[in-house]
Amino acid sequence: MVPLSAYVAVSAVLFITGLLGVLIRRNFIIVLMSVEIMLNAANINLVAFSYYLESMAGQLVALFIIAIAAGEAAIGLAIIIVVFRGKISTNVDEMNLLKW
Amino acid sequence: MVLVFFTYFALVSIVAGVMTVALKHPVHCGLALLALLLHVSGLFILLNAEFLWAVQVIVYAGAILVLYLFVLMLMNLKTDDRYLHSSYRYFLVPAALGSVYVLSLLLRSPFAGARGDAPTVAVLQDGDTYAVGIKMFSEYLLQFEIVGVFLLGAVIGAIVLAKTPKPIVDKRGR
Repeated sequence: MVPLSAYVAVSAVLFITGLLGVLIRRNFIIVLMSVEIMLNAANINLVAFSYYLESMAGQLVALFIIAIAAGEAAIGLAIIIVVFRGKISTNVDEMNLLKW
Repeated sequence: MVLVFFTYFALVSIVAGVMTVALKHPVHCGLALLALLLHVSGLFILLNAEFLWAVQVIVYAGAILVLYLFVLMLMNLKTDDRYLHSSYRYFLVPAALGSVYVLSLLLRSPFAGARGDAPTVAVLQDGDTYAVGIKMFSEYLLQFEIVGVFLLGAVIGAIVLAKTPKPIVDKRGR
């Protein structure tokens, strides 16, 4: 029997990996991929708690998270296409039009 | 047996996650992300969540990842030399220390809590998809509708954003 803390540990390691990716990578697409890693880590957590605490709510919230991740990917990639059309770069450091 | 599969899925998903962050070429990162998503779906199988397994494979690996790879192929990719944050070394040590601390807390914690109303035996009787469907269309109907509206907004937003802009016509000079 796998203990619940093993699942939570896997989820924590994945979440920190994704967070590190968002912080250190400068390619916009890879930053979005790191966000997907973090969402997946949250899903593992929700499903593991749903199984061990015998409630369906965790799986439903995980489903909604997947739907929201799909919307986020579509919008993010559309923004990448717009930015890439204007200036040929996907480096997040060079997108500073809204920075003050 | 479950322990063997759990170890395999957990280790491969962590390695694939690290590769997604660490590889240099974005297409390789996308393929590592594919490995991560498939192994996370394996973890869902171990947790009796077959419906989420199917959704993960269809939506994540089938739709979202293909969208990523499509955009990667659409754009002429140049891997720039400076592909890390300029001060990434300062992030690494606090992140490693923080993760070790969080892991030590997690492995000590008992995680007891109030039990819900869906024990494993009852879920396995009719299948996970049945249980998810009954719950979703009774208690979570409002959230379901909200997600539908959200997805419609996301689709419209993506189309409007990615549309080719019309050249600006000077209306005064007619």
